[in-house]
Amino acid sequence: MNLRKYLKVYKKFLHTSLASELEYKSNILIDLITAILSLIGSIFLLSIFFQNNGYIGGWKFEQALIIQGIYTILNGITNTWFNPNLTEIVKHIREGTLDFVLLKPIDSQFFISLKKINPSGFLEIMLGFFLLLLCIRINQINLSLSFLTLSLITIICSICILYSLWFFISTTTIWFVKTWNAIEVLRSFLYIGRFPLNSFSFSLRVFFSIFIPIAFITTIPSEVFLGLSQLWKILLEVTVATIFLMTSRKFWLFALKFYSSASS
Amino acid sequence: MKFKLFNRKIFTLLKVQYSNMLEYRVEIALWALSGIIPFFMLNIWTTNNLNESINISDVMLSRYFLCAFFVRQFSVVWVVFSFEEDSLMGKVSPYLIQPLNPFFRYFAQHLAEQITRFPFALIIAFFFFIFNPESIWIPNLSILLLSIVSTFLSFLIQFLIQSIVACLCFWTEKASSIERLLFIPTLFLSGLLAPVVSFPAFVKSWIYLTPFPYLIDFPANLLSGNATNISGGLIMQILWIFLLFPLFRKIWSEGTKKYTAMGS
Repeated sequence: MNLRKYLKVYKKFLHTSLASELEYKSNILIDLITAILSLIGSIFLLSIFFQNNGYIGGWKFEQALIIQGIYTILNGITNTWFNPNLTEIVKHIREGTLDFVLLKPIDSQFFISLKKINPSGFLEIMLGFFLLLLCIRINQINLSLSFLTLSLITIICSICILYSLWFFISTTTIWFVKTWNAIEVLRSFLYIGRFPLNSFSFSLRVFFSIFIPIAFITTIPSEVFLGLSQLWKILLEVTVATIFLMTSRKFWLFALKFYSSASS
Repeated sequence: MKFKLFNRKIFTLLKVQYSNMLEYRVEIALWALSGIIPFFMLNIWTTNNLNESINISDVMLSRYFLCAFFVRQFSVVWVVFSFEEDSLMGKVSPYLIQPLNPFFRYFAQHLAEQITRFPFALIIAFFFFIFNPESIWIPNLSILLLSIVSTFLSFLIQFLIQSIVACLCFWTEKASSIERLLFIPTLFLSGLLAPVVSFPAFVKSWIYLTPFPYLIDFPANLLSGNATNISGGLIMQILWIFLLFPLFRKIWSEGTKKYTAMGS
């Protein structure tokens, strides 16, 4: 009953935001070219790294491409859902329109995290899938049911962690009001996700597994693709994702207590 | 007389923008922090001993990336985003009435931001030296002055390119997506992520004809003491400015003729 209501509301969200985004059709084309160029650029950078070396952090070039594919998918998801919605939170809080969201008979976190959608991110997600398919061919990975479920689980966990990180920062807007640049810091850290974790020095590796779990976001799913991942790593990722999701929820409810609307 | 008036305008603009920027110290500190990607790249290069193949020692490479960080800090441009917002909100109309090209306003904004940013960049550099004490060096005064000049020229090139893109706002509503497209080659070809020397030969053969290596690679090489063609680089920078400036003037005069305030 409740789920059906939310699904129905989400359908309306999709309809309205797609309608408004499709106003800018040429923009979508430009965004597609941007996504393609960005992928070419990062493969170019990888090829520079592998110019005279067969391995980087124990990864071959063909294997590192899997990380690029997963990163591209996740980046597409960020651009489709997280980025447009969570920048909207900042606006809601600055202008005090969060009042209207809170008054609606619907969960506020649901509303502000899914209200908007940016269709040009879809193309990036597709691009990432193409690259992954190509990688499956190159690396001669056997597709089996257990492999597919495991990789799906890890990617879903990555999406949850990514969402929580974005949502955390956006929630702090309630206190700090302007957080555009904090999001930029997160973006620059996420850039690390394009490279295998083992190619960094030990201290950075620790930093990126404990403080900002970027290691979990791309490296573990890629290891699952290659069949290298141990079970404990996958279990760890599931645990981390659950903790992150739950904390982000708690944090949002906690932060709302401090929300005092604009100019009051 | 006219010159004096102009000077006063510039001075007042700078003063106003500087006090405006000081309001957002935390923002700017975070923004400075988001520019640390070159250090992550340095980490990949040195951890995997990739620099051996391009004959640059660890120390020289770490100086290179530190300088790349600095050059990037003082050549960040965001005029498209400001101009787009102002033109969508209709704020451009009152600016157009004033006897001063509105781009002077944005230009002063950028300069003021750089002054505010300077101490934060120094703090980040200080931490960099704590972790890499062997890479401390003092460039001699003439090199320092030359690299400040070339960083400023790099800033000018990027400011002109973005202003040209910003003028496209007169024709299309969302010029910022074009800027995001242009940012991709800037990111990968400017030397921010890998020094241009390390690029494969088929790229190096044409890249020095484009403006990209003069944005970060050239000033960073100059400041860090890596081998570079000083006079050639400066001449190319000035050449690009002479090429872009008339283009900006042209597109500006065409655009203002075309301009109809929002909602009319």
